Amino acid sequence: MAQEAGGQAFRADRLNAVVLLVIFSGAVLLYTHWAKKGKPLFLRKIPGLDAVEEAVGRATEMGRPVLFVPGIAELDEIETIAGISILGRVAKITAEYGTPLRVPVRYPLVLAAGQEVVQQAYIEAGNPDGYDEDMVRYVAGEQFAFTANVNGYMMRERPATNIYMGAFFAESLLLAETGNAAGSIQIAGTARPEQLPFFIAACDYTLMGEELYAASAYLSHEPVMLGGLKGQDFVKMLIAIAIIIGVILVTLNMGDTYSNWFIQT
Amino acid sequence: MTGIEIFQTWLIAFFTLALFSFLYKDNPVYKIAEHIFAGLSAGYYVGLIWDTVIIQQLWTPMTVDGRWWLIVPGVMGFLMFTRFWKKITWVSRIPLAFVMGVTAGIFLISQLHGLVLPQMRDTMLPLWNTQGYGQLFLTIIIVVGVISTLIYFYFSKEHTGALGVTAKVGIWFIMISFGAHFGYTVMGRVSLLIGRVQFLIEDWIGSFT
Repeated sequence: MAQEAGGQAFRADRLNAVVLLVIFSGAVLLYTHWAKKGKPLFLRKIPGLDAVEEAVGRATEMGRPVLFVPGIAELDEIETIAGISILGRVAKITAEYGTPLRVPVRYPLVLAAGQEVVQQAYIEAGNPDGYDEDMVRYVAGEQFAFTANVNGYMMRERPATNIYMGAFFAESLLLAETGNAAGSIQIAGTARPEQLPFFIAACDYTLMGEELYAASAYLSHEPVMLGGLKGQDFVKMLIAIAIIIGVILVTLNMGDTYSNWFIQT
Repeated sequence: MTGIEIFQTWLIAFFTLALFSFLYKDNPVYKIAEHIFAGLSAGYYVGLIWDTVIIQQLWTPMTVDGRWWLIVPGVMGFLMFTRFWKKITWVSRIPLAFVMGVTAGIFLISQLHGLVLPQMRDTMLPLWNTQGYGQLFLTIIIVVGVISTLIYFYFSKEHTGALGVTAKVGIWFIMISFGAHFGYTVMGRVSLLIGRVQFLIEDWIGSFT
């Protein structure tokens, strides 16, 4: 087995990744510890996320459903996991307000995960009877069959709020433009740079890249999630500083050893 | 064209036009196409997964190649069926948690090793000793672009003062990149549309004669 995998128990060429992983994990654990102890952890406002509750409230007032699309990728995509995590927060708000929620999905595993988090959210919100298994529905396995169905739903049921969070591909504009034509308020989030421009053009609020991953922590304010987010921020600053040091050293012709450490072979 | 080819061409043309009819408004023809499309894809994927996953990646390796340890993912997959019984639905959370945990772990390492570290290394460029002012300009664009974009995604401080200015520069870089992506993708979509129109004009209308 070990031979098949390359014959090494320890890969020295990945030492740099291990160091960064240890720093990252340490920072996350430390911030989580502080958050649990009640230390106030500041997060700047993210307008797209502040709009989520407002948008669900709008749907409640209008008596129309909220549509949540957790992307069209499998559960082995980190964006889908982020989308499912945000779905839990959104479902908690719809459970509190008693707003109908509809979640079309493309894969059976996403269906199961979606049903689990929505049910959990309704239980946590003290409205377990409000949960209906059909809220999260398998629509179709094919990308454009899925899109055609969701588009049809948007035009027929006219949900007041459409939330797209996860991995999207060529269907991004088809969904967002149809939602726009149906007069829904739309909030989107994805980490796909090639799809983000379409969401920015057709949605009211868009979460870009990292904001999608921060969304769950931002909406929940749970210590564990906040700790993770603050840990990421710490590492981002560290990366920026490391790059600046690298640029200075390389400019002074003294940076070969330093810069080569980042791509060990 | 043979009879079956003409039938296929007409069928494809019907579904193409049925889906395009959504541009006018939601209508019964679109609904028919939508439901047939969704139903067909569900059936197709059942067959596809049975053949490519259950048979090719589980049954054949286990029974022919003797890779019996594949029973572990097999059982994990089987546990998903416990969702049909309310009392033991919780069991299906085990494979779900496994998939989510493994995804997060693999993603973290692959992003660090494949993206973050190489990006850091490639941004460490000399600000002089470069090949002319053009190269220097590009170097500055790369260094400033990477750092300011990174700062934009810093959530722990309000974007005011120097941090705010840097974040604003970052959002400019992001938007310029989105503009380029937008143009590139629109070109791709237009070529798809041309392909459909070409089919309708050349193959479908062409079959009239």
